[in-house]
Amino acid sequence: MTNSFTDYKNGDVFLVIGANPAENHPQVMRHMGIAMATRGAKLIVADPRFTKTAAKADIYATLRPGTDIAFLYGIMNYAIQNGLYFYDYVLNYTNASFLVNPEYGFSDGLFTGFADGKYDTKTWAYQMNGDAIAKDPTLQDPRCVFQILKKHVSRYDIKTVCKITGTPEDVFKKVCDLYCSTGKPDKAGNLIYAMGITQSSHGSQNVRATAMLQLLLGNIGIAGGGVNAQRGESNVQGSTDQGILYHYLTGYLGSVNATLHPTLKDYLDKETPKTSFWSNKPKFLISMLKAWYGAKATKENDFCFDYVPKHDGKDHSHQAIFQQMSEGKIKGYFAWGQNPAVGGPNSTVARKALENLDWMVAVDLFETETASFWKAPGVNPANIKTEVFLLPTAFSYEKEGTVANSSRWIQWRWKAVEPPGKAKSDLWIAYEIFKAVRKEYQAGGKFPAPILDMVWDYDLPGHDEPDIMKIAKEMNGYTVADGATLDAFSKLKDDGSTACGVWIYAGYMFEDPVLKVPASQRRSREDKSGLGLFPKWSFAWPANRRIVYNRCSADPSGKPWDPKRMLVSWDGAQWVNNDVPDFGFKDATTGAFITPDKSAVNCYIMTTEGVGRLFAPTGCKDGPLPEHYEPVESPVNNLMSKQQNNPVAVKYKGDFAKLAPTASPDFPYIGTTHRLVEHYQSGAVTRSCPNLAELQPEMFASISPGLAKKLGVKPGDMVAVSSIRGEIKCRANVLPIIKPFKIDGKEIELIGLPWHYGFSGIATGATANDITPSVGDPNVMIPESKAFLCNVKKA
Amino acid sequence: MKQKISRRDFLKFLGLGTAGTALLEGATAIPAFASTAEDKLPTFDLGPLKIKKAKETASVCAFCGCGCGLIVYSEGDRVIHIEGDPDNPNNEGSMCSKGIALGDANTIVDKNRKRVVNNRRIMDVLYRAPGSNKWEKKDWDWALAEIAKRVKKTRDETFEEKDEKGVTVNRTQAICHIGSASCDNEENYLFQKMQRAMGVINIDHHARL
Repeated sequence: MTNSFTDYKNGDVFLVIGANPAENHPQVMRHMGIAMATRGAKLIVADPRFTKTAAKADIYATLRPGTDIAFLYGIMNYAIQNGLYFYDYVLNYTNASFLVNPEYGFSDGLFTGFADGKYDTKTWAYQMNGDAIAKDPTLQDPRCVFQILKKHVSRYDIKTVCKITGTPEDVFKKVCDLYCSTGKPDKAGNLIYAMGITQSSHGSQNVRATAMLQLLLGNIGIAGGGVNAQRGESNVQGSTDQGILYHYLTGYLGSVNATLHPTLKDYLDKETPKTSFWSNKPKFLISMLKAWYGAKATKENDFCFDYVPKHDGKDHSHQAIFQQMSEGKIKGYFAWGQNPAVGGPNSTVARKALENLDWMVAVDLFETETASFWKAPGVNPANIKTEVFLLPTAFSYEKEGTVANSSRWIQWRWKAVEPPGKAKSDLWIAYEIFKAVRKEYQAGGKFPAPILDMVWDYDLPGHDEPDIMKIAKEMNGYTVADGATLDAFSKLKDDGSTACGVWIYAGYMFEDPVLKVPASQRRSREDKSGLGLFPKWSFAWPANRRIVYNRCSADPSGKPWDPKRMLVSWDGAQWVNNDVPDFGFKDATTGAFITPDKSAVNCYIMTTEGVGRLFAPTGCKDGPLPEHYEPVESPVNNLMSKQQNNPVAVKYKGDFAKLAPTASPDFPYIGTTHRLVEHYQSGAVTRSCPNLAELQPEMFASISPGLAKKLGVKPGDMVAVSSIRGEIKCRANVLPIIKPFKIDGKEIELIGLPWHYGFSGIATGATANDITPSVGDPNVMIPESKAFLCNVKKA
Repeated sequence: MKQKISRRDFLKFLGLGTAGTALLEGATAIPAFASTAEDKLPTFDLGPLKIKKAKETASVCAFCGCGCGLIVYSEGDRVIHIEGDPDNPNNEGSMCSKGIALGDANTIVDKNRKRVVNNRRIMDVLYRAPGSNKWEKKDWDWALAEIAKRVKKTRDETFEEKDEKGVTVNRTQAICHIGSASCDNEENYLFQKMQRAMGVINIDHHARL
């Protein structure tokens, strides 16, 4: 999230789209509730179902799954046509005035550069005047971003949008009026999303659309605003920060590609931009290598760059891994605190793929469906040769360490009790497994150096557990010469004199000078600004900044757009700040203040052009602008163009390839997955907790009363829900929270499926993901679980 | 025992009921209470406190990404009660139905109304042999050594030191690691260090889904 939960109280209008916080992020209801109760904030909920969140909304807008871009573009078009956008913000803090290559174009659903199933992004570049980007500050040039955007979204008028989304026109107009009311200097709109936006074959472009709307209305970088992605797990922010992804090392440093980066020099030359804060990338990467390989990493050996595995430029994401497994190419699998046999797409085929493994190491609290796939119903264990090691682990309060919440707050969790039986912390298990592997390689083996030279010395004399403070310090960063813990990533060097495992975590273990504890252990409720920044409660990455891009909360001269929501302010001689400034405000050497004109043109410090991107010349594989495409499985044709689906959506092979055709008569309904407040993810923990199992004991499908009547189904009856990939049986939940959509004159039914259930635990039930498709967004390969085709019959 | 109680104690005693209301009614529940004059606060006949001898430990919820603070009450090695941490700005004492049940993963109440370890927890190292239809209990030393042998065999059989262009790639594509957004930062940091040291490039987790 750009902002934090405790900042929600500053909002004027909330737009919740593709999220259901009342069930999935309950605290959000309290924080929004504070804004609603104390300042009369309004809540808009756009969702396919009339959710518990919708029940508290001022405006509920029904929205067909997978049509978010049309919805968001409709609001943007309304803002532009009616002059409701924040002109000064758009002019100064976005690329609205930048001129785009005259060859750029868009026609019938395709951007220029499309050939052989992919895009060449060359024509999406800016026009250059020498080294400078050509601009038109009047925003009138037809090649400027503002005019291109205006033209592109003009196709999304209210009538067209509502034909696609199924939102009633009068409701949609109310949404536009209310949300666009935040396009003023003294109003803040907070856009909240979750998996309803991301789990799509155009999920990245959905997210782009949310950010573009917030840029147009001047809602980013301000208190009460932001693009706020509600994170679904207690540490999904942190695990991402640590690079548990094939395409990132730690701290969002890109992983190494054999073709592009055969040497350290290639990596640094190609991946370090000349402008933006990323121009410091060599300091971050080399400090990471120094943390990993210690004294072995020297300037002469490129800091052991060759030890970092290089990928082949191909897809190695979750779905690709399972496809490789089904093809017999993967032999060993560490299933660590995750249960893809229930939680991943197309899970029947995924469970079958597990049978091809030689060995699996499963680390979990309870017996998950993944660990026990060999005894799933209908499977004969005698035919499965896979060896499985199931290692018992400790729960959150049975160990200590940190987790980063959606607000980027890295909070310390202290240990309350010992884990039961022989269970051990995941930290201990990882430490000991790799110690055992190192022991094996001491006797020789293929290229043992990267294994033996990796820093792995966390023994704590007198204790069984590894020394977590030493690990945490390595992540935080230290000076190599004296081991001093660093307070900030601004101290990192590219010469090997500093080590830092995760550059964005620099400072999280630095001792607070007043509270005398590491920053992440701080528990002070001090909040002098009254804005809910809580600067001394734990530590927020980066740099303990609570609201990122906060330069944009003030005008170019440094005067806050809204004095009541002041984050940073230039008083004519100096910066007076409530939050940690997200821009160069003080000269590092002289200590002199830097005048606001410098930061005004570099307010989005992570982009090379220094401003927010309404148009993205690079970064997305499927277009510089979002465009409405139908989900890969859809009941209707795309009303916007001949291009039915995202032309570069990723599809998978073999048993993962099954997809229903558009408007399939066999699968006439839209299926969508969702969660329940009583269960967590695949239910691996919560379905084995008696209280929660009793509250939500079994799988169900929610269907509309009209469809139930048509099928002769009463509440509680068993139904069979099928897709082209298979069939599941569960109870029918008949409630008017589900209503058919009116799409271009056609009525289309929706089926809601919670995805928490499987065959293990106390509360068992059919797995919704058994029928979800294997389709990926082209940028991040997230599966399209929120919109697919299905059928329902009385079982 | 009659005594006046603080706001924090009040939240403790009301537990789940308060949490549910506070969440759904937004801000109204807590300010309404705080505005009550100190001398008009309700008094309670408390009886013996089940958490009197308990150790209090500050923690953070293991479920969604809200990061609610909670207080874990424990006696010996058993969790006996969980409540929202009133000091944590994320939740100020309130918890949802799932978070307040967090103690169940450690202990549950049995039929004799005694708190016992949740018997569904895995408490031993378990091993399933090829073709077997059951788990066998093993010890840690055996499992760690056997896992290390499997890793070495698979890695060495499939290891690519250089690609076809002679670039050092140091990888095996035959091992994968998936997880976890439920593990701590320090744990995830070690997972990826270890996997990358072994040359694993098939690394992914919840964030992709």
